[in-house]
Amino acid sequence: MRVSLLVFTFIGLAFASFAAKAGEYSLVIDRHDVDIGGRHGDMIIVNGQFPGPLLRFREGEDVAIHVTNRLKDDSSVHWHGLLLPGEMDGVPGMNGFGGIAPGATFTYHFKVRQSGTYWYHSHSGLQEQEGLAGPIVIDPAKPSGIQAAHDYVVMLSDFTDERADDIFRNLKADSGYYNHSKRTAGDFFRGMGKDGIGATLRDRLDWGEMRMDPTDLADVTGYTFLVNGKSASANWTGLFKPGERIRLRFINASAMTYFDLRIPGLKMIVVAADGQNVMPVPVDEIRLAIAETYDVIVTPKDGKAYTIFAQSLDRSGYARATLAPREGMEAPVPPLRRRAQLTMADMGMGSMEGMDHGSMSNMDMGGMDMSQMGHAATNTKPKESKSPAEEEQAPKGWGAGFPAGEKVLSYGDLKSLTPQKDLREPSREIIVHLTGNMERYIWTLNGKKFGDAQPIELKYGERVKLTFVNDTMMAHPMHLHGMFVQLVNGQPAARLPNKHIVSVPPGQSYSVLLTADAPGEWAFHCHLLYHMASGMMNKVVVARMSAEAAR
Amino acid sequence: MNRFSRCAALLLPFSLMFSSTLSAGEMMDGHDGPLFHVLRLQIDGAQNDEGGLVTWTGSGSLGGDLEKLVVKSEGEIQNGHVERSEVWGLYSRNISDFWDVQAGARQDFDPHAQTYLVFGVEGLAPYFIETGAHAFLARNGDVSARLEQSIDLLITQSLALTPHLKFDVSANDAPEQKIGAGLSRIELGTRLRYELTRKFAPYIDLVYERALGNTARMIREGGSDPGDLTLRAGISFWF
Repeated sequence: MRVSLLVFTFIGLAFASFAAKAGEYSLVIDRHDVDIGGRHGDMIIVNGQFPGPLLRFREGEDVAIHVTNRLKDDSSVHWHGLLLPGEMDGVPGMNGFGGIAPGATFTYHFKVRQSGTYWYHSHSGLQEQEGLAGPIVIDPAKPSGIQAAHDYVVMLSDFTDERADDIFRNLKADSGYYNHSKRTAGDFFRGMGKDGIGATLRDRLDWGEMRMDPTDLADVTGYTFLVNGKSASANWTGLFKPGERIRLRFINASAMTYFDLRIPGLKMIVVAADGQNVMPVPVDEIRLAIAETYDVIVTPKDGKAYTIFAQSLDRSGYARATLAPREGMEAPVPPLRRRAQLTMADMGMGSMEGMDHGSMSNMDMGGMDMSQMGHAATNTKPKESKSPAEEEQAPKGWGAGFPAGEKVLSYGDLKSLTPQKDLREPSREIIVHLTGNMERYIWTLNGKKFGDAQPIELKYGERVKLTFVNDTMMAHPMHLHGMFVQLVNGQPAARLPNKHIVSVPPGQSYSVLLTADAPGEWAFHCHLLYHMASGMMNKVVVARMSAEAAR
Repeated sequence: MNRFSRCAALLLPFSLMFSSTLSAGEMMDGHDGPLFHVLRLQIDGAQNDEGGLVTWTGSGSLGGDLEKLVVKSEGEIQNGHVERSEVWGLYSRNISDFWDVQAGARQDFDPHAQTYLVFGVEGLAPYFIETGAHAFLARNGDVSARLEQSIDLLITQSLALTPHLKFDVSANDAPEQKIGAGLSRIELGTRLRYELTRKFAPYIDLVYERALGNTARMIREGGSDPGDLTLRAGISFWF
């Protein structure tokens, strides 16, 4: 009797506090035909919208998000970048969460412990490709130091009318299925003319011996790229008055696409990376890895239109939006740049020093120096003066292809605005090789598929170093759930930036530091959707010391 | 064997494979990931000295990354008469990045019914050379082997030239199959394929087939020509 009374009182109190403070949100997941410029896809919609609606929280808020699944398959929603209890993270198979069955409603309940730009997406099957994704903006508890007259989410995504299952099957049957830029006989003869028959033949034989393809920049093509669900021709537009500061919250919500993003005519001041504030960095261009977010401030002085231009890494297309004083205004859309080709250096061949884990300025070297070498001839010319056809050879190397003199954001530029609290030296280093078999389209961590590998076990409170060594010829945006990692990027320990995605270019390596302060099971995976689906994932278990171990 | 039962026998492994989807799924649970199936078929026609020649090559696979069931069939029809036909049923297991080992059975229907055990490897050799090498042990104890190789050379993104070769070797004479010991049959060709889509491509294939040694002698004694150069036109597709 006493006990039940106590329970009732407790429930009553819990309910009272819930009702008083909790922000209630509802998401209904369903399927619907979506028409993007005449391309019809059977897509997943959230609350009738494609992509999903913006969720706007306030730091410190208790949220209750009711997610109803009206699909025929299990679904889930993962809150990408949010710090929360493991069972609310939304990854089926982790922390006892089994996904949301068809017809069922699951209520996510957690306290919002941070501010910034994040996003949500499905963690079931290939639903992310089918559109189950949307932005999250969390306003800080105290007014931010970042003031802007306008605050716009610019969410990029890759839309296809092909079924995600079919894409996966095509990749399994022929990993080069979507590569329509392979090297041909014509390329061979052009190479012979430029580099001589010996060098050209040797290069072909080197790649042939490895059975790898230097044109393999993107596994999947045929996408229509969207900004906030709108195609380039539908032209999403953000309005401003000349001289106003605009905050743009870039989110790369693509399944498989890296973007090179810029706004010709405007300097972008990067103020946050992966939702976390950084010391301002003025840049001309950002290479946006899958699932990364960057907040930038721009201040257009003139009363004209500016194009937000994000071309895919493989140059198969672009996402485009406009900033303008009035709806309907447009600025010129730049031409696509020439697609880069990988080199033996991207394979870690001939530059093994680049694998040194101590100096992490690799991205600087790869990104800037190579592009300048490769484009010596274009150095003196203004940007974009050359159309792709006029350029003779593809830029060489993963980080190549940016015009000389342009400032491209590099990981080395990122400095945390607020000093890091945990400055302990890591107690140990965990090496994670990013591995795969492109021919069979099997992607792995340390050579093992998810399910075959032992989970990575961390002690609660432990400070560790994770080192990613990319043994493949593709860049992998590595994502850890539940905790931010501090990217070792050459900055002082107190200024290492927090990241939830670390993009590791081909043949390179990055280290991150991690304080294991979130108990539970956390997904750790490559955020290229079909890489994860083929096995490039593991579980990180953060365990409080058990009674037995303590004894 | 009459035409109907021959047809049924040719199709049996395929139908078995697809009816076994469920049990295969249970067999190869979780760890091997989802199951995928692919069916490939290549069929062409040509005119040679003896009249109309139709050749086909097909394969089907069902499985995950590690284990697959594979069926293959190939053959020739000359003037409406099946001259050569074979069906293979294999278990295929991935052993390294580029190679599978395979074991199973092969049934020939023409020119002479024969059953073999098959053991071999299939995969991608350095320099992107598609390779299959299989050894056969016939029910009567005869031993033979086959090597097949091909390479895709891209002329444009959709036009590919594919030189290909096939060697048949036999350890002993098999007169009822008109096969002599040694290198018994070679096939050299170069195929020009135009991919209308990745999955559908018409092609022309210049193929030189020749029987050698004792095999050639036996064919000559049968009144036929041991060598044959044909220009074939056909389609290849997969789904």
